[in-house]
Amino acid sequence: MRKKVIFRGVALPYLLLLPQMIITLVFFFWPAGMAVWQSAQREDAFGLSTQFVAFENFTDLFHDAIYLNAAWNTVIFSTAVAALALGSALFLAVQADKHIRGAGVYKTLLIWPYAVAPALAAVLWLFIFHPSIGLVGKALASLGVNWDYRVNGGQAMTMVIIASAWKQVSYNFIFFLAGLQSIPNSVLEAAAIDGARPMRRFWGVIFPLLSPTTFFLLVVNLVYAFFDTFGVIHALTRGGPGNATETLIYKVYVDGVQNLNFGSSAAQSVILMLIVISLTAIQFRFIERRVHY
Amino acid sequence: MQRRTLLTGAMSLGVAAPALAQSAPIEIQFWHGLANPLGGLLEKRATDFNATQTKYKIVPTFRGSYPETMVAAIAAFRANNAPHIVQMFEVGTGTMMNAGRAVKPVHELLAETGVSIDFDDYLPGVRGYYSLADGRMMSMPFNSSTTVVWYNKDAFSRAGVDPNKFPETWEGVAEILPKLKAGGGTQVPMSTAWLTWAQIENFSAIHDIPLATLANGFGGLGTELRINNPLVQRHMAALVQWQKDGLFRYGGRNNAGEPAFPNGEAAIMFTSSGFRARVQREARFGWGVAMLPYYQGTPRAPINSIIGGASLWVMNKGPAAGGGRSRDEFVGVAEFFKYLSNPEVDAQWHMDTGYVPVRRASYAIAKDKGFYRENPGADVPIEQLLRGGGTLTDNSRGIRLGGFVEIRTIMEEEMERAFQGQQTAEQALTAATTRGNVVLRNFERANRG
Repeated sequence: MRKKVIFRGVALPYLLLLPQMIITLVFFFWPAGMAVWQSAQREDAFGLSTQFVAFENFTDLFHDAIYLNAAWNTVIFSTAVAALALGSALFLAVQADKHIRGAGVYKTLLIWPYAVAPALAAVLWLFIFHPSIGLVGKALASLGVNWDYRVNGGQAMTMVIIASAWKQVSYNFIFFLAGLQSIPNSVLEAAAIDGARPMRRFWGVIFPLLSPTTFFLLVVNLVYAFFDTFGVIHALTRGGPGNATETLIYKVYVDGVQNLNFGSSAAQSVILMLIVISLTAIQFRFIERRVHY
Repeated sequence: MQRRTLLTGAMSLGVAAPALAQSAPIEIQFWHGLANPLGGLLEKRATDFNATQTKYKIVPTFRGSYPETMVAAIAAFRANNAPHIVQMFEVGTGTMMNAGRAVKPVHELLAETGVSIDFDDYLPGVRGYYSLADGRMMSMPFNSSTTVVWYNKDAFSRAGVDPNKFPETWEGVAEILPKLKAGGGTQVPMSTAWLTWAQIENFSAIHDIPLATLANGFGGLGTELRINNPLVQRHMAALVQWQKDGLFRYGGRNNAGEPAFPNGEAAIMFTSSGFRARVQREARFGWGVAMLPYYQGTPRAPINSIIGGASLWVMNKGPAAGGGRSRDEFVGVAEFFKYLSNPEVDAQWHMDTGYVPVRRASYAIAKDKGFYRENPGADVPIEQLLRGGGTLTDNSRGIRLGGFVEIRTIMEEEMERAFQGQQTAEQALTAATTRGNVVLRNFERANRG
């Protein structure tokens, strides 16, 4: 039942929209426009001399092996984070959905990590994985594993993937749990009566019914891995060793904030902006249609 | 970010207000990048200066690490709100030298305000780093340090190595590393902080070989890296090999590797002389300080090492014409610099912190007070800066490369790949040279106008 409100003039609706419009313009369109403008410039750190270079910052990027390496890192990193975070969250949600004792406590504990700030989460992982002070790091060393993420790129990547995925498990967990609980019992009972075993019930009934949730979470997780993992990477590896854990978003920071190369940094932001626009478009196009709230 | 804007806003109000009330002192904003305990010691210098007079008030503010402070100051300048004084680490020097009207060169400041500072008495390595080719000072030397060797005497004794004599040459170091591994009782014989500063930049300086053309960039913006030379290749290859053999451990970027020394994990550590306060506080073993080793048979080696640390730059308020500062403000800055250059003040700073005295007179004061008798090894960094007679060569004056922060990161990244076994030391240096030169050309292009 949709209620329609009809305004008599045009002034009031526009006035009511105005605050939101101003915020959008000031905090989204203006900075985004500045980034596009700056991506076509090259200037010194102090902004005293500026040169218009059109697309040169972009062409430089696509010829830069380090940038392409960061793009590849981002693909590996995002895929692994999304897969790990979704997989473990789904497993945990299925377990939590069963009738077990202390389910409330269990659920609460699982949701907790989401409230931890990324930098803090990274420090916690540091205490686990650091080769000389970390619990797991020390244990691995005593088992004879040459564990040192400061010189081993593969180990560093594994560590940031685990730390980033861990943060996102809680979020996914909540959605999966809600999704599971909204699956009508009658469907599952019917399947059980037809003789479907638990595994078959899961893959044949539950998983397909969860697919809108899964697809939504996939997009959210990808966006998270692309844009929200800066804190974890910064606190754990700073993009190193070599450039092994440097992702696209981290490189924007390195070039813009550390190297004061604003033109290139802006060009990279514009590319990221295009990526997030397309991810959002996919989400709206496919998800909004299929999910029934 | 929001809070910072509010903070700077509040500070600019603070600057404006005294103009109304005539008796109130003129506030001079001073941004620095030293965390405690050093930061507190630095702020004490400002408080002490404020107590000597009533006309000016230095307001020190901690702005995060050196790179963060640099970025904050540049952003503030672009927003027409730069601090009067900013502490800038040595790798930012090239960028600041080419900052045009963003900075007020110290020689201009002194000439315009009629305040004089005796720069002739400053250590040549310190003066050279922060002056133009003709000797005019661009920034105010303040906290300078250099790379030295810190070693664990107890581990040396356990391994049967003379604890009172650190090897003078790398050949000697190569000899003791296996002994330390076998009997030193530490996790790893040797580690380093500041990989590029200690093992490439200072390494090149003491061997009197160029890091870059045009006198390491002092001669102009057209400079190119020269790190891909036989001696640096030999040294980097040795480090990579030692890492493979468990004789050396790369401890991460910047000074991330430092804790391995005071906690007893590494028997030998290469890092800043400013490490002293921490070693004194934390090390539970006998330790010594030594000068950087060199390779035998290198002509002219060893000569003086180059400095690190930071200097104080005077900034104009913003990009608008005229710079936006009054004469009174500049006089206040000049008076504060004069106070800092006082040998008594400088000697105390040196003794409190472990930074080197920037003046010969302050070195003499510390000597007279018996500081080096009570703190053996505290004079090693100064002696190392004066090694080879104290006359600087084009290779040991310092480094003045634009975008040097980025170039350092590039060198570290490429060496990290070599430590992982993905490429040889020579390939790492070739790649670093190519990538570093791109940074230099971009800087040249952006700053030509």
